[in-house]
Amino acid sequence: MERKCGFLIPYLIMLIAEGMPLLYLELAVGQRMRQGSIGAWKIISPYLCGVGVASVVVSFFLSMYYNVINAWAFWYLFHSFQDPLPWATCPLNSNRTGYEEECEKTSSTQYFWYRQTLNIAPSLEASGSVQWEQALCLTLAWLVVYLCILRGTASTGKVVYVTASLPYCVLIIYLIRGLTLHGAVNGLVYMFTPKLEQLSNPKTWISAATQIFFSLGLGFGSLIAFASYNEPSNNCQRHAVIVSLINSTTSIFASIVTFSIYGFKATFNYESCINKVILLLLNAFDLEEGSLTADNLNEMKDHLMATYPQEYAQLMPQIKNCSLEAELDTAVQGTGLAFIVYSEAIKNMEVPQLYSVLYFFMLLMLGIGSMLGNTAAILTPLTDSRVIASRFPKEVISGVVCFMNCIIGLIFTMEAGNYWFDIFNDYAATLSLLLIVLVETIAVCYIYGIRRFEKDLYTMIGCKPNWYWKIMWAFVSPLLIISLFIFYLTDYILTGTLQYQAWDATQGQLVTKDYPGYALAVIGLLVASSTMCIPLGALVTFIRKRLKRERVSTVA
Amino acid sequence: MLRALLLLVSVVAIAHAELCKPDAQNAFKVRISIKTALGDNAYAWDANEEYLFRAMVAFAMRRYSSKSTTQISNVLLCNVTDRVSFWFVVTDSSKNVTTVPGSEVEAAIRMNRNRINNAFLLSDKTLQFLKITSTLSPPVEPSTPVWIIVFGVVLCLIVAGIVFLIVSGIQKHKKKNKESTERENLEEKVEVTLENGIPCEALDLKAGHINGVFAAEDERFTSL
Repeated sequence: MERKCGFLIPYLIMLIAEGMPLLYLELAVGQRMRQGSIGAWKIISPYLCGVGVASVVVSFFLSMYYNVINAWAFWYLFHSFQDPLPWATCPLNSNRTGYEEECEKTSSTQYFWYRQTLNIAPSLEASGSVQWEQALCLTLAWLVVYLCILRGTASTGKVVYVTASLPYCVLIIYLIRGLTLHGAVNGLVYMFTPKLEQLSNPKTWISAATQIFFSLGLGFGSLIAFASYNEPSNNCQRHAVIVSLINSTTSIFASIVTFSIYGFKATFNYESCINKVILLLLNAFDLEEGSLTADNLNEMKDHLMATYPQEYAQLMPQIKNCSLEAELDTAVQGTGLAFIVYSEAIKNMEVPQLYSVLYFFMLLMLGIGSMLGNTAAILTPLTDSRVIASRFPKEVISGVVCFMNCIIGLIFTMEAGNYWFDIFNDYAATLSLLLIVLVETIAVCYIYGIRRFEKDLYTMIGCKPNWYWKIMWAFVSPLLIISLFIFYLTDYILTGTLQYQAWDATQGQLVTKDYPGYALAVIGLLVASSTMCIPLGALVTFIRKRLKRERVSTVA
Repeated sequence: MLRALLLLVSVVAIAHAELCKPDAQNAFKVRISIKTALGDNAYAWDANEEYLFRAMVAFAMRRYSSKSTTQISNVLLCNVTDRVSFWFVVTDSSKNVTTVPGSEVEAAIRMNRNRINNAFLLSDKTLQFLKITSTLSPPVEPSTPVWIIVFGVVLCLIVAGIVFLIVSGIQKHKKKNKESTERENLEEKVEVTLENGIPCEALDLKAGHINGVFAAEDERFTSL
């Protein structure tokens, strides 16, 4: 997720326009209907059973690939108990005269991520074999999830006390450490200076909206599932407001920590870059040590260019232009951000083992908390349905679900697994979630009827929703989601063939490649299998009703 | 006599200049970064330090070839810059005006690198012999990687937790089943006669409770 400055304004606007109303809607639906997503939407209208199924399918895809992140967090956590940290230095090459070639070209943290953690293949086609270390960590991650969901949602609630509160403790420790780091101020200044040209770019608004969606967990069915266990008289309006405010405050708090650490890393890299240039010039021109410093570097460069033009021209390709802005602008996308950037920042702190353990433990807590929500979204419809729940106890159902997901997840531990992970990460949830939430809002407002919904809320809570909620549900949120949807579709169509970033070991950096045919087919299948559930569900119900009516008329 | 001596000295000096110059055959460039290594405790590079360097190189040559023929005067330094960097070459006193082959010098320095570094309080990075690569020491690796040990501990804890929860779940289930079957058995026996919900067998018809209100006490009734 890109975090750029001036992001706060679209983020807060999207929270008020989209986050809070939709959260309230889902909680109210779950609390009123007292069933998981499939049952709840069937009650609202029999033609909408597809919406629940689509939510479950999206949650299923998410649980398949999301636990791999927890596996990686475990891997880094277990490797944090060494001195020095394994990603702090490059390993030596075979004849011990220098460092490994691939590690020389890139940094030691990137080498640890791409080579020693993922052992990544050069492209999607070269699948390679399953990495046993990653497979072990994935199995452990699934065992932890199974332990937490074993006894059902009641016990999951107690686990969430731990997984939700521990990250706050770690964030506070990191806030104190981060703000006292050298160069942290640069990151904070970067975060808070508004860049007006970014506000006019629609991509900023899109990413703010998507961010709100994912951080609140709308459309996955997990909110409905959890709310169905609430007391019917629970004040879900107050809870929706409190939860979304806490969520956003936490996001901003986490951004402050992130940006202070980012600033530290950028300043450190900038100063190393400058020191490298100084050393290069000192060695080439045999100048006295200490004659070149960061302050007089530019004047001295001009002076040397004037005095020794030929030698300077020879050196030119090696002299990099170091810029703090460029370091701060390097936005690493996706899961790489959490692992590469932070491990790079941590290795330069004092007592890096402590901070590393804390950070990856926090990441693990957050990841497991998300997994619990996902698995609850899948299990609640399964345990609600009398067909399955009567035959098997819930331990067996949870066990089967975890086992199946673990086996499928082994795909992501292969050498090309990270590319498949990126496919799932980018395409499994985004479009489908938008469609699901759009259909949910329209269903509640126009099919179920907003007056009926108001009455239900009045019976449950004792107060009717005021005009803000009604306007958001009926007009603003659907319009917003439709515009997001249109934007995503046009973006996919305009960019032509989809591309991905592959790691090139010979160059030591990412290169762009096109997806092969079967990968595109998988992407299409991912998007279609969840979105098609909605019209298919309506069609199946329609056909069933027609058949029933015909049977009744023939009998009569 | 004096003229011959002067001629000899000048010849030797010219020969030395011929032998030691940048990129000469069998010559090595050395780069020293004292301020980077020692910071405030840095010493100045002067003629005494140069003498020590020549002595260390001569020592290295003696140790390597184990013949005591190399003298300090055999080591020539030239082109000392402010950086501090210079070139050096080792002459062979047995053969006239020739230098010891570069490979021998390299091997000698490699063997005694640690001693040379320590004499100057520097390291491989701050006392660089530009053509001589140093052997890097690999990091200490324990026989079993640490991460497997931590993994094993966590795995055992989680599996123990799962087994405990499953077993306690099964026990609870069994207890519930036993209770419900016991209640069923009790209800079967009692189906015969029930008086106010109390099974008749439980009532002891012979023993009874004397109700004090209705107890006949002779004194209460007036005597006829």
